[in-house]
Amino acid sequence: MNGSPANGTPAIAVEGLECRYGGTTVLRDINFTVPVGELFFVIGGSGCGKTTLLRHLVGLAAPARGAVRYFGEDFTAASRAERRRLLKTFGVLYQSAALWSSMTVAENVALPLEQYAPLNRRERQEIVALKLAQVGLAGFEDYFPAELSGGMRKRAGLARALALDPRIVFFDEPSAGLDPVTSRQLDELILQIRATLGTTMVIVSHELASIYALADRVILLDREARGVIAEGRPRELAAGSPDPRVREFLTREPEKA
Amino acid sequence: MRAVPNPAHAEAVLEGDRLAVTLGGAWHLTQPQPAWARVRGEARPRGVVLRPGRLDRWDSSLVRFVHEVERWCREAGIPCETDALPEPVRRLAAQLAAGRQAHVPAARPGSILTTVGLAATGIWRQTREFASFVGECTLSAAGVLLRPRRFRWGDCLAEMQQCGAMAVPIVSLTSFLVGLTLAYTGAIILRQFGGDIWVADIVGLSMFREMGAVMTGIVVAGRTGAAFAAQLGNMKTGEEIDALETLGIPAVDFLVLPRLLALTLMMPLLAMYANGLGILGGMVVASRVLDIPASAYWVEMQSIIDLSDISTGVIKSVTFGVLVAVAGCLRGLQCERSAAGVGRAATSAVVTGILLIIVADAVFAVLFHVLGL
Repeated sequence: MNGSPANGTPAIAVEGLECRYGGTTVLRDINFTVPVGELFFVIGGSGCGKTTLLRHLVGLAAPARGAVRYFGEDFTAASRAERRRLLKTFGVLYQSAALWSSMTVAENVALPLEQYAPLNRRERQEIVALKLAQVGLAGFEDYFPAELSGGMRKRAGLARALALDPRIVFFDEPSAGLDPVTSRQLDELILQIRATLGTTMVIVSHELASIYALADRVILLDREARGVIAEGRPRELAAGSPDPRVREFLTREPEKA
Repeated sequence: MRAVPNPAHAEAVLEGDRLAVTLGGAWHLTQPQPAWARVRGEARPRGVVLRPGRLDRWDSSLVRFVHEVERWCREAGIPCETDALPEPVRRLAAQLAAGRQAHVPAARPGSILTTVGLAATGIWRQTREFASFVGECTLSAAGVLLRPRRFRWGDCLAEMQQCGAMAVPIVSLTSFLVGLTLAYTGAIILRQFGGDIWVADIVGLSMFREMGAVMTGIVVAGRTGAAFAAQLGNMKTGEEIDALETLGIPAVDFLVLPRLLALTLMMPLLAMYANGLGILGGMVVASRVLDIPASAYWVEMQSIIDLSDISTGVIKSVTFGVLVAVAGCLRGLQCERSAAGVGRAATSAVVTGILLIIVADAVFAVLFHVLGL
């Protein structure tokens, strides 16, 4: 997570990805790369396939065509063992945090460590304490997810996603269901973690405030186009994109004819 | 797991009375890391200095190691110098130390007295909830009698198919086997008296008066009671029931009553069907093993069964249907809003359903005896 980044190989490279559900093609010919340490946003209106793209990136759905590479290694065509190894290079924060409800916060964060890290019980507890402190939940080890507020649940989910110090973290709608203050705190947390750990972050969102506050670069997906209609820095796109759909999305103002 | 080319390492050298520890290599949580106890060995230094060597990529495992060294120094009462380490490592180690100190106690009962007290009031609360739920169901049913058009007949029919028709295979199998087992067990005694033919009486009476209704009740409690609880529990978790209530539609009218009526109507049908299959099971044993012709078996059984036997079975099965449906729906509506809660609601619905069946069966046994039925 820190130290020398790998010689210019992008953290994520998506090549000619086609996503299909049943018979319908949701997205086609998706190409983009995410350099190491970038805060990259996937944005677009409801139903444009943002979450579909995310599910394909993290391996929950198999692409109909194309490939996803992590640090140059093909994730799509990987064997079972390689896939298991590559899965450890990224963590995912799900929209509803997806904490396991029958386990305490500490147990939630400890499970990936138990699975993959050669640590004893006390060492694991120390890593859990560190992760919870990093997300501002120090001391909440013994709480069950049901006893936490929505924002705290998101933080706990982030602590779990960070448990193995992955080099990439995916976020699905991190600010969904949060009030503006909590949402801004989560944004600050994301920036702080990137600054400390140099983690590459891919965030699926349509929250304009977060996009402008965090994003180094965005891709904008469109439902009709079934693919990427713009790529670049959000402010530049809002000001100077030739495509009215892009400007409309990023400025929230309908285009005047 | 792939080995790292430059594994994490820590070398300790005594510099005067201070132990200088050089940290190098790639530190990753999923890879083996040096243990502090082994690094320091038998040394008893007057201070420890941590320095980065050829430090490659690092993560929380390095932070944890630094934290462990700092804690050891604190316990030994000696200074620990970390100034040479990268700034993020020191900051995270401080965060870790602070995190280990912090403890926010969860608001949960601690002492055994509180637990026992809460459990006791819980039983009282549950009894009240059960009673008020039965009351609500009764009022709601009365409402339907007054305005039958408002009842959700479509839902009721769909539930009847689910809990009635779809349960036929499992009810067939269990009741056929119960009849078979009863016949074998009866034959053990009756053979000693040369009264093989009375197997027909034993199987017929037991099925009609007891086993048909009880076995079907237990199968339905496991199948439909659990389904009701899981379905309603999931709806509660997803705030679907709240959505109904805020629209002014009572969950009891909309969800419980169709299920209650469906199961109350289907249970006696299933139980009668189970009686038939059980008698068939007994007949198979009688004709194949005991050499009693099927016609003789049938005539003997008809001579002993009368309408009161059949009606006791029907009364029981209707009651069991109501009990299983009420237990399932109540547990579903009481469900905690989580995945584990839905699981507990389903379990509890089955346990409550079976318990109520057994208790009601015992009450009926006494009642029918007193009434001479």
